Amino acid sequence: MSNILELKNIGYSYHNLHGETRALEDISFGVAEGEFVAVVGPSGCGKSTLLSIIAGLLTPERGTILVNNPDGSIRHPGIGYMLQRDHLFEWRTVYRNVTLGLEIQKKLTPERLETIERLLREYGLEKFRDKRPSELSGGMKQRAALIRTLALDPRLLLLDEPFSALDYQTRLTVSADICRLIRETGKTMIIITHDLAEAISLADRIIVLSGRPARVKREIPVKLTLKDDSLLAARNAPEFQDYFNSLWEDLTYEK
Amino acid sequence: MRNNSKKELTKQEEFMRRHRRHHHEIALWRALVFVLFLALWELSADLCWIDSFFFSSPSRVVLCLVKQIRTNSMLFHIGVTLFETIASFLLVLFFSLVMSTLLWCSTKLSEVLEPYLVVLNSLPKSALAPLFIVWLGTGAKTIIVAGISVALFGSVISFYTAFRQADSEKITLIYTLGGNRRDAFMKVVLPGSVPMLLSTAKVNIGLALVGVIIGEFLAARRGLGYLIIYGSQVFQLDMVITSIIILCVIALLFYKSVQVIEHQIRIRFKM
Repeated sequence: MSNILELKNIGYSYHNLHGETRALEDISFGVAEGEFVAVVGPSGCGKSTLLSIIAGLLTPERGTILVNNPDGSIRHPGIGYMLQRDHLFEWRTVYRNVTLGLEIQKKLTPERLETIERLLREYGLEKFRDKRPSELSGGMKQRAALIRTLALDPRLLLLDEPFSALDYQTRLTVSADICRLIRETGKTMIIITHDLAEAISLADRIIVLSGRPARVKREIPVKLTLKDDSLLAARNAPEFQDYFNSLWEDLTYEK
Repeated sequence: MRNNSKKELTKQEEFMRRHRRHHHEIALWRALVFVLFLALWELSADLCWIDSFFFSSPSRVVLCLVKQIRTNSMLFHIGVTLFETIASFLLVLFFSLVMSTLLWCSTKLSEVLEPYLVVLNSLPKSALAPLFIVWLGTGAKTIIVAGISVALFGSVISFYTAFRQADSEKITLIYTLGGNRRDAFMKVVLPGSVPMLLSTAKVNIGLALVGVIIGEFLAARRGLGYLIIYGSQVFQLDMVITSIIILCVIALLFYKSVQVIEHQIRIRFKM
């Protein structure tokens, strides 16, 4: 099995006049193709920093990242990043929002646009293509943001607490919905979350980070016996509570 | 159910009617204040409560306006002031857009220039007008530069502040999509600042008019500012007051037209 991403002894510190704040220390893990990995950890431990490093927005001070990009480019074109909010631009229509990435990379080719058309159809956004983002529901906005990310055909998706701006009920639906859609594309995903239930229900493997400076404290493979395909199936699985308690202990002990 | 919806409709209608009545009432009062002011002014001039030689009167203003228009000089002066104001307004917009973009592009440049901008912004620009006259003579060029000088620095600071307030996460989004700083500017910073740029433009048109009138006071042989100074020197206060009233109308029209443009842009981009 080939790892799409390999992190080796990654370290990163923030610097200001008062001194150095170590955010990440000696982080190593790999992510296999098609795998869903959730990263959890105490708040402020540097989860987002880790994701920014993987996305190539920050350069690690120590260690190496191997991104399995065929052309070995530095810009990580194979990575799609979903931020904490959908960040759809109100001054663009939904359609012009989802084509933003292609526009920036000057890849508005017929094939790519065809893909976007297909995704808009599949995700039920076709009718809303000429609407403004504010006219969409929270779930539809997330779907639009997902299309914007998928339009560039990334192999690895990074989700930085992508549903944290939604209210609880919408969040349950939308997170399951978005992750199902990503599963269907067969892409690899790393999701950062502080919601343990979300991590257990969505991921194949959970990486627990320690408090600052963050190290990999534990890696937990998740295997749930699912009765059906419903939204709450994962949360009703018999093993769910065990995973939850074990993670809870890991994080509580940290504080 | 049917009854209920009917009831709601009447409630809605009632609300609409109240809303409309409120607006009519306000419009009526506004008109009334205007008419009362004119009437009081005319009356106090006729009854010699005020000396109409110094304070003029609505009828004298109308006579003066008619006379000036007949000799064709007033329209010319209005045209000159309008042209100079619009020219300096457009130049202010252009220069502030260029300068604030440069400041946004280079944080170092903005840090270096910040104290200078603050000083130039707080400086009373009328103090510079005599210099402009010496440097540029007494033509339209000087007047336009005076107009620019009043509005420019505040405008640069407002534009730059608007640019800086662009959502940093949206800029990150551009980077995650493989964009560079230029993309961030063109796709996030600039479009996101449009509302702020428009409201700054509304202030600018007024400031440009202030600068133009100051310039005309000091250096012009034409324009409404010149007419005001000339009128006061030869004690033709009818002319002065007529010019001031025309300035009021011009200021109002400028403000309204920028507002209309702003409204159009907001509708167009649904902001």
